[in-house]
Amino acid sequence: MKFKTLLAAGLTASVLAAGAASAQEVKIGIAAEPYPPFASLDASGNWTGWEVEIIGAICAAAELNCVITPVAWDGIIPSLTGQQIDAIMASMSITEERMETIDFSDPYYNTPAVIVADKSMDIEPTPESLAGKIVGIQASTIHQSYANAYFGDAAEVRVYQTQDEANQDLVAGRIDATQADSIAMADFVGSDTGACCEIKGPVANDEAILGKGVGAGIRKGDDALRESLNAGIAAILADGTHAEITSRYFTTSIYSE
Amino acid sequence: MELILETLGLARSAELLALNPPGWGGNLLRGLANSLQIAFGAFGFGLVIGLFGASGKLYGGVVVRDLLAIYTTVIRAVPELVLILILYYVGTDLINQVSQAMGYGRVEISGVVAGIWVLGIVQGAYATEVLRGAIQAVPKGQIEAARAYGMPPTMIMRRVTIPAMMSFATPGLANLWLIATKDTALLAIVGFSELTLETRQAAASTRAYFTFFLAAGALYMMVTLFSGAIFARIEKWARRGQPSLRGTSK
Amino acid sequence: MGAPRPTLAAGDKQMIDWRSLLQPHRIVLMALFAGLVIWCAVSLRWDWIPEYTPLAIEGAWRTIWILVVTTVAGFLLAIPLGLAQAVGPWYLSAPAKTFCTIIRGTPLLLQIWLLYYGLGSLFPQIPWIRGSELWPYLRQAWPYAVLALTLSYAGYEGEVMRGAFSGVNKGQLEAANAFGMPRFTMFRRIWLPQAIRNVLPTLGGETILQLKATPLVATITVVEIYSVSSRVRSDTFIVYEPLILLAVFYMIIAGIITLMFRRFENQTVQR
Repeated sequence: MKFKTLLAAGLTASVLAAGAASAQEVKIGIAAEPYPPFASLDASGNWTGWEVEIIGAICAAAELNCVITPVAWDGIIPSLTGQQIDAIMASMSITEERMETIDFSDPYYNTPAVIVADKSMDIEPTPESLAGKIVGIQASTIHQSYANAYFGDAAEVRVYQTQDEANQDLVAGRIDATQADSIAMADFVGSDTGACCEIKGPVANDEAILGKGVGAGIRKGDDALRESLNAGIAAILADGTHAEITSRYFTTSIYSE
Repeated sequence: MELILETLGLARSAELLALNPPGWGGNLLRGLANSLQIAFGAFGFGLVIGLFGASGKLYGGVVVRDLLAIYTTVIRAVPELVLILILYYVGTDLINQVSQAMGYGRVEISGVVAGIWVLGIVQGAYATEVLRGAIQAVPKGQIEAARAYGMPPTMIMRRVTIPAMMSFATPGLANLWLIATKDTALLAIVGFSELTLETRQAAASTRAYFTFFLAAGALYMMVTLFSGAIFARIEKWARRGQPSLRGTSK
Repeated sequence: MGAPRPTLAAGDKQMIDWRSLLQPHRIVLMALFAGLVIWCAVSLRWDWIPEYTPLAIEGAWRTIWILVVTTVAGFLLAIPLGLAQAVGPWYLSAPAKTFCTIIRGTPLLLQIWLLYYGLGSLFPQIPWIRGSELWPYLRQAWPYAVLALTLSYAGYEGEVMRGAFSGVNKGQLEAANAFGMPRFTMFRRIWLPQAIRNVLPTLGGETILQLKATPLVATITVVEIYSVSSRVRSDTFIVYEPLILLAVFYMIIAGIITLMFRRFENQTVQR
């Protein structure tokens, strides 16, 4: 009898503790697969990179107790709706299609989408030029939607779990071109492995698919969190923190109104 | 030592696999520990399901038997990858909805617990069949004798059925354990940091794909060989007193 | 270590007897199941199906194609592997045993990645390969997928065939020998057919396990039925519906495999 009471008390306490802890913690989901220079992992298990620092700055400004939680990119939206995380800050573009399922904060960066290919190849970032070629893209990205919509008829679109694998196959010559974010690609072609290739230029914009920049994804109806994230983003843009972090990673600004 | 590594061109690999940062060896070992923890939990959970499932299939009513038949057939026909995705997303979603409906906040489900429950359900289906076969292989007379002595059913289970079936169940269970260790690799798909995902992250960060994939393969291999040796001992122990299977008499 | 993986064969042996479906509790269960299906049909989203049907058919075809090619090729490889382990001299049996142990001891996912991202990324560094006629094939993902799955099936079945070859009655082989039958004829006419008949129930289960391994090749960009469901998920953010249909697809194929192997078993003469 005594044992049962103890057990019940213990259970209640642990449930309460769990409830109390989760009330304060905001779990920020990032992609578990490294995405340099926005998020990369070092050997001691620490996440670093531009976006990781921006997350820290936004959370500090919004006075949120954020915990970075790596989640598989391909399942990141189900993880959000399934309540394993509270917000997605993994370079996710704000698109109308995604807004049918989740809400977004204001954007905190925006960059064009570019086509990268081998230096010796004469490729333009147009559907005509890519006809008959193999284009590699990362699954569940705006680039997949774009490539399917614009290149899907003429070119072979090959889908990778991570951009890193697509890059690797580009170097290996197993794909002819890849479409991805300009900053990530600038970092890649500047590295030793990416020396083979160059940025061939931005693809024609289609805001319906490519979206209006990158924002934090949140569950529908989680307005309190969206408000505080928006306040945090506005604060770091106003006080220069955003520009300061950006200047340490990139030579140009990656935010425009 | 360093000279040998240098001449073999393995100096960079050794550096990458060093246990302390900037080497990634420590990460791989941490991933291995996570994998083993899940495999252990899932195997144990699967055994519990299997024990209930097997007794249900053998002694349960018609409805229980049909439900268990559906469970084992479905789980064994659908790829683990698909099951993991369904159980992982649906399971955590359901638990959260239930707990919110009951007025508690969100329940934190750690990756380990989710992994154990997903793989445990898969393991349970196979364990049910393995244990059912093993229980059926126990001579009926032994159980009838125990019953004749007036032993209660739980005691028969504990003192007669389980010890007697151990020798029949061990080879099948050894296989299940190996499947459990290898299936943890599939949790990489849902972003759980077990050995395969750690390997992938290390490979992506250093671009030394071959080094890390081979290292991870070697780690899995060690687990397999080591568990093989342990299960061989368990089987020998479970068979004690029984005539050797390789005996010449037929 | 030595025992085969658990298989589907046990417990599913009796043919379906339609009268047994008419017991009261089964009718209730079937009504519940029908209710579940209707609920799924009504309250879940299925409007995406027409758009993705052509892609799904292509993916299903690719899955079946990969399954058939890799099981046939893997089984052909497994025969020498099993034979080498059962009766071969040490310099044949040791490599065969090592191969089977390594394949069975490491996750298939890792083997696939090692072949595609590890080995596959070495080829382009060799200039003559890049210029050769093989290159258009080596650029594709499916040769690596087929190779990995074939080796995996061969590794598991090599172990099964080892047991099957050792299990054939030695007296028959000695009798054939006494009749002066050439060794290869003896192998073809007596040894192999008996070994295969002995392992048919195991092979059925193993083939279903091979079916369950096929979605892993989606991780190296092969477009098969699983990757189609991922595509639906990433295009429309519908998570559960494609997965449910996918599970149904795999259950149907597994059912067909079970029925096929049952027919094989019935056709082989039982003593």
